[in-house]
Amino acid sequence: MAVPKVCGIETEYGVALRGAADANPVLASSMLINGYVEHRKVGWDFEDESPGRDARGFAREGSAPPEIETHLVNTVLTNGARYYVDHAHPEYSTPECSDALELVCADKAGERILARSMQAARRLLGGDQQVVVYKNNSDGKGNSYGCHENYLVDRAVPFATLVRHLLPWFVTRQVFTGAGKVGGENGTGVTGYQLSQRADFFEEEVGLETTLKRPIVNTRDEPHADPQKYRRLHVIVGDANLCEVATFLKVGTTAIVLAMIEDDFIDKDYSIIAPVPAMRTVSHDPTCRATVELVDGGRTSAVELQWEFLRLAQKYADDTGLELCGGEEVGQAVLERWEATLAALERDPVTLDGQLDWVTKLELLNAYRERDSLGWDDPKLALLDLQYHDVRPDRSLYERLVRAGKVERLVEEADVITAMTEPPASTRAYFRGTCLSKWADAVVAANWDSLILDVGSDPLRRIPMMEPLRGTREHVESLFEECKSPAELVARLAS
Amino acid sequence: MPERERKQKQAPKERVEEDVQVDAPAKQGEELKEELDDLLDEIDSVLEENAEDFVRNYVQKGGE
Repeated sequence: MAVPKVCGIETEYGVALRGAADANPVLASSMLINGYVEHRKVGWDFEDESPGRDARGFAREGSAPPEIETHLVNTVLTNGARYYVDHAHPEYSTPECSDALELVCADKAGERILARSMQAARRLLGGDQQVVVYKNNSDGKGNSYGCHENYLVDRAVPFATLVRHLLPWFVTRQVFTGAGKVGGENGTGVTGYQLSQRADFFEEEVGLETTLKRPIVNTRDEPHADPQKYRRLHVIVGDANLCEVATFLKVGTTAIVLAMIEDDFIDKDYSIIAPVPAMRTVSHDPTCRATVELVDGGRTSAVELQWEFLRLAQKYADDTGLELCGGEEVGQAVLERWEATLAALERDPVTLDGQLDWVTKLELLNAYRERDSLGWDDPKLALLDLQYHDVRPDRSLYERLVRAGKVERLVEEADVITAMTEPPASTRAYFRGTCLSKWADAVVAANWDSLILDVGSDPLRRIPMMEPLRGTREHVESLFEECKSPAELVARLAS
Repeated sequence: MPERERKQKQAPKERVEEDVQVDAPAKQGEELKEELDDLLDEIDSVLEENAEDFVRNYVQKGGE
């Protein structure tokens, strides 16, 4: 049975220290976070972290557990987000959201937080040095860093069922999720332009890894919620998107597909023969006409298979409704945008300039290629590709296009600014964020599913938050208004 | 009643073409070209110098 599609996005940003001989990315990343978080930092609580647990039910064999670097900077913000150093990158995890539009806003707020962090780091560094971040997924030299989505999923659905439907889903959704890239990596030999930053890096169909031999379906089993009821599907195949329409589609469509899988609504097997090479076939073809072979026979283009998923989704919306997929209003907007996008991809992808990142960037590159007669191997095109993703407002080419009115926005900038400090009202992030803004000094540590409060007398109190949809504004706003201290809050919650 | 509305949209392609037609009157080719030239000039002014070195020096450690 489908459960509400609570969702979030974690983005690892590319990072560079300019003007320094010895550029240490860990130090540069720490400087961003320390510069941004002026109040006393509330630490992350690692008690419930278990990234090595596998959703297929077996213990990891032979492979080392993913590393948790507890000594690195790691903090929680008043908007309910987690902002930290992961490996050698600054990473921003949005708070839990309840629909795709809310998540677009939370994800964009992350970009603004990184931009402000860069200003703060510049003040700390002084001189000509500055830390610069990029919201992309590859350095063009074979090193990739992720943008992961998370969705709440019913624990009762067999993981193998998820895998069967998600493989063709992830292979084909690249036609709108791709952020575009000049050239190929990992020996794929692409010389022109491809849809996805990430496709070249996937080498397995299913697995636990995220940093090597990356799998299309990741099996990390770390629900950050009641493990008897829920999974958290950890999606690692996506690109980091700047276009709001792309993020909206990526999250909104995937939420509906997951609900259909949970409700056993997908009555056909769309399995693709050899999904790993198929990821690349789809990514490497900006005409969106390349075909892949289906297990059930026949060949299909990514767009044709997407039409199949969309028709099912429209039927699902009629039969079941979209209440669990972010609500009827957002769900219907997703369906309409999805349909318009597929029609446009079929007719002429160029018409999606300003909506999808891969098309928007390609059109910019094509304008330069024409004006300056550049071949695809010209370093200027690689620079344009990189600088499209620069997060500094004055240098970001994406932001230039927004200001020129060439990019469609879905959320109000005022709402984005609010989302930098205020949590979404519709999930437990509201409880976490409000505790932090009200009683930062009393919050000893927090994580996704609990919060530790110092109530002024021993012991420290842990407040479990195992239900992602409890602790919303509707549930606890009046409680916060009535309680004058953390001790009172704990007493009221216990009663 | 959302259900009824949904049932009406049986022909996806026509719907989208309609959407295209309600756009603002198309700008003339020359006007568009001029706009694009201006935008590229503006982008030229913020592009990092020495593309080749800049791109070469952008090296990341893997993540995730």
